[in-house]
Amino acid sequence: MRARDILFAVMVGLAGWQTVVYLTDAPHFILPSPWRVAQAAYNSRLVIAQNAWVTAVEVLLGLVLGAVLGFAAAIQLALSKTAERLILPILVFTQAVPVFALAPLLTLWFGYGMGSKIVMTVLIIFFPITSAFHDGLTRIDHGYRDLCVSMGARKYYVMRHVLIPNALPSLGSGLKLAAVYAPIGAVIGEWVGASKGLGYLMLLANGRAKIDLMFASLIVLACLTVALHLVVGRLADRMSQYASGSSS
Amino acid sequence: MTSPPGITFVGTHRIGGAILFAANLHLPAGQWTCLLGRSGVGKSTILRLILGLETGGEFTGSITTTDKSTLTDRISYMAQSDLLLPWLSVRDNVCIGARLRGEAPNLNRADHLLTQVGLAGVAGMKPGMLSGGMRQRAALARTLFEDRPIVLLDEPFSALDAGTRADMQELAVKVLTGRTVLLVTHDPAEATRLAHQIVIMSAQDARMWPVPDTPPIRAISDPLSMDCQTRLLSHLRMETA
Repeated sequence: MRARDILFAVMVGLAGWQTVVYLTDAPHFILPSPWRVAQAAYNSRLVIAQNAWVTAVEVLLGLVLGAVLGFAAAIQLALSKTAERLILPILVFTQAVPVFALAPLLTLWFGYGMGSKIVMTVLIIFFPITSAFHDGLTRIDHGYRDLCVSMGARKYYVMRHVLIPNALPSLGSGLKLAAVYAPIGAVIGEWVGASKGLGYLMLLANGRAKIDLMFASLIVLACLTVALHLVVGRLADRMSQYASGSSS
Repeated sequence: MTSPPGITFVGTHRIGGAILFAANLHLPAGQWTCLLGRSGVGKSTILRLILGLETGGEFTGSITTTDKSTLTDRISYMAQSDLLLPWLSVRDNVCIGARLRGEAPNLNRADHLLTQVGLAGVAGMKPGMLSGGMRQRAALARTLFEDRPIVLLDEPFSALDAGTRADMQELAVKVLTGRTVLLVTHDPAEATRLAHQIVIMSAQDARMWPVPDTPPIRAISDPLSMDCQTRLLSHLRMETA
């Protein structure tokens, strides 16, 4: 995704938004115009920045922790057939429970602070990372496995020198998905119970009929997500380049 | 390298109860044996059984060596695909076996072997930057790095163009001299050039085919080789028909 494409998409979005406001003549407490939202964003820039920082920290910590746990879990699953047989179905089953439903419980257990939001983020991204990376670790040309056996290779070193590098593109795909999901986890947590963060600010603004501030918070959250997606996307590209041998 | 043993393979391989092949095969110590036969007859399966790899079937029989020792850690393997790891340099690919066993690789030896196969100038490059022939040379250097007395080759030159293939055959004979080599191939010309012994495999048995009296590597233009190759091709065509 290039900067020019992003700018073009933003311009189209703003134009469409302004057109809807103009055509429907909606009151500003229902659908504020882009200009009004921009004004609200400027006037409340400090509040938005403080809350955006909290959400960003929750998202980043959740992403890093979730990625580390997903990485470790996928390796463990790939190393042990028993673990794969027993744990993989459980992992799939946990995905059937909506994270939204767990949010109140997590808030109860981990409190109103950042902890519950980070746990929520970890929960929401753990599966995509584990699943994608595990898929990459187990999907390898049989020829490589045969070669490793003929060389008397040890399991740990095969994992380190062959399977992990080979699975980096899959891990990158999982991380890209996680970068999009992570803010969702943090914001759900903030909606359920928080005193800081963009999710909290959006609820607060909504309750006080400050829809322009709510929109401004939403846009900042979207920008945060896009920025994270771009950074992680760049990292995933580097990982793919390394695995294909085309990195410098 | 320890002295190469001869290998005797006697047995039957079944898939789902049905016999794929029954073979009685002896690979002489320190010599090249070329194994031919129609596709699906089980040539690569014999190679996999000797290597101790999964075959998806059931083998009843025995694989023994002339020195009565086990085959463990005495075989190196080279496949049709070069199986170079794209993220590693050519040098690191050559010594990957040591790393996979948790040993410190001898990089000087890797460089020496790369020089031996004519790849001294590309040791630091990634495999993606090499031609097909160069990649197979690198795979050959990796096979040599293992320094095993038995070498199993599963159609390693079949994807190369004719010129490169002839070069690779000559190089392989030169660097693998003195080892017990089993080459699975579909190419009668290749078998005639390289083999001390040619074996034609069918579902019923594994039969010896007479080779010219001259030692390998035989010239392509040698009349005896050409005659052997022609008769071999006719025989294989009859078997397929």
